[in-house]
Amino acid sequence: MPARMGLRGNEAVAYAVKLARVEVVAAYPITPQTIVVEKIDELISKGEMDAEMIHVESEHSALAAAYGAAVGGVRAFTATASHGLAYMYEMLWWTAASRIPLVMAIITRAIGPPWNIHVEHADIMSTRDTGWLISMAENNQEALDLTIIMFRVTEDPRVYLPGIVGLDGFILSHTVEPVEIPDQEAVDAFLPPRRQPYTIEPGDPKAMGNLVPDEYFEELRMDMHRSMLEARRVIMEAGREYGKLTGRDYSGLVECYRCGDADTLIVGMGSWMGDAKVAVDMLREKGLRAGALRLRWVRPFPWEELREAGLGKRLVVVLDRSISFGHAGPLFLEVSSALEARPSMVGVPAGIGGVDISYEDIARIVEEAYGMVEERGRVFIPVYWYHLGRFYRLSPGAAPPEAVARAAPGAGGGGG
Amino acid sequence: MSGVEAARRGLVARIDPAGHPLPLSEAAPGSAGRTGFWRTHRPVLEPARCVGCYLCWLYCPEDVIEMAEGAGPRGQAVPVIDYEYCKGCGVCVDVCPTRALKLVEEPIGEG
Repeated sequence: MPARMGLRGNEAVAYAVKLARVEVVAAYPITPQTIVVEKIDELISKGEMDAEMIHVESEHSALAAAYGAAVGGVRAFTATASHGLAYMYEMLWWTAASRIPLVMAIITRAIGPPWNIHVEHADIMSTRDTGWLISMAENNQEALDLTIIMFRVTEDPRVYLPGIVGLDGFILSHTVEPVEIPDQEAVDAFLPPRRQPYTIEPGDPKAMGNLVPDEYFEELRMDMHRSMLEARRVIMEAGREYGKLTGRDYSGLVECYRCGDADTLIVGMGSWMGDAKVAVDMLREKGLRAGALRLRWVRPFPWEELREAGLGKRLVVVLDRSISFGHAGPLFLEVSSALEARPSMVGVPAGIGGVDISYEDIARIVEEAYGMVEERGRVFIPVYWYHLGRFYRLSPGAAPPEAVARAAPGAGGGGG
Repeated sequence: MSGVEAARRGLVARIDPAGHPLPLSEAAPGSAGRTGFWRTHRPVLEPARCVGCYLCWLYCPEDVIEMAEGAGPRGQAVPVIDYEYCKGCGVCVDVCPTRALKLVEEPIGEG
């Protein structure tokens, strides 16, 4: 029988790593990731998990060591956040372009200065173009499930790329939620023995990362792109299979909440999409037909799902927990590329650096955007930044920002 | 290289059956490409002066010198240089105790 426990998000990830029979973990501590590795260390020291833990002197070395182990033929894992991820960045490229399956958890956190240990998606979004698969959990159960699923997807010969499981710092990492831990037998049935394109072993030397003609380099990059596109199908298969074994289906790259008959969609990723669902219910009670579409996967990008979901919609509001300075929120940019039906769109960066955003804030954001559509017919606003109850129109090409700051409908002030 | 088919030998290996090209090469001649193209000067042997001491063979940093046993005019071993991969560094010329090896400029346009 699967056990049901109260677990912090970080502990849920640690249990997933144990269930996946990971043999080497290498990591360097950073808030809010530390508990992941502490918990794994504890499981190893209690004899519940049979793995090597390598304590290294930096995140660059952490991924280098995990990568080395993975190249050697074992399931390997690391976890980091924020500055640690920034320090690790070069090795992300080495791992992905070497086509070596490996799983990493990123506990999303702002990157300083100024110093901030709270949630922001700037760190995980900086991995977007490195060739890693990227998923994002909404809750602790999903953090556990996605970690297990990620091992299977990354080790599929159609993919052979490493993968990231993201979970929001503190909101999930340090918050206890009920989590169902699958049986080892179920996970063993789900995860085949490790597969990878090659191993490097003593007695069979290979040269890695050698200089190649430019044409070959481009061919390697084309194949990474092809494999990433192919990963969509692999994820759907694995998610469906996982559902059969655990009762929790992950066949969708996105999760839709009351999307079908909605004329307004809230799109985003991570923990606050749970609040968005509450906001949807609130808005529907007021007569606004809202729905929430959560991106469970960022890479591969669920382009088809978004294109379909955008058909017949009047308004799509994209919530971003980071900003691409000088343009817009990264999710807004990505989502707008897939909405061929061209509904009204409003991009809303918010909650950056852990600024609290409640379901009431999300409902206010949607009401404000909807009001603009009612007023003007069609709107396309890449950046309508929501900060402490006020909106700041900071789109490229927009009027001077302060002139268009507006209080949210029903906002009690604050920040004014 | 078990399970790996070297489609472009020494440069990029392809795996079987998934077919992903990899940034990986065998430890084999040409792992770094046809480095003979890099050469501006080539070492050339005057077999009559060679005493078959093996020093050039020993010192060659690229391992492109093979010794041909008994192939010299006095029955001595002499070096045979693989110009596909010799970079023309001149180390063999430097260590040759009898000046049997000389660096000769490569003709322009045939590098």
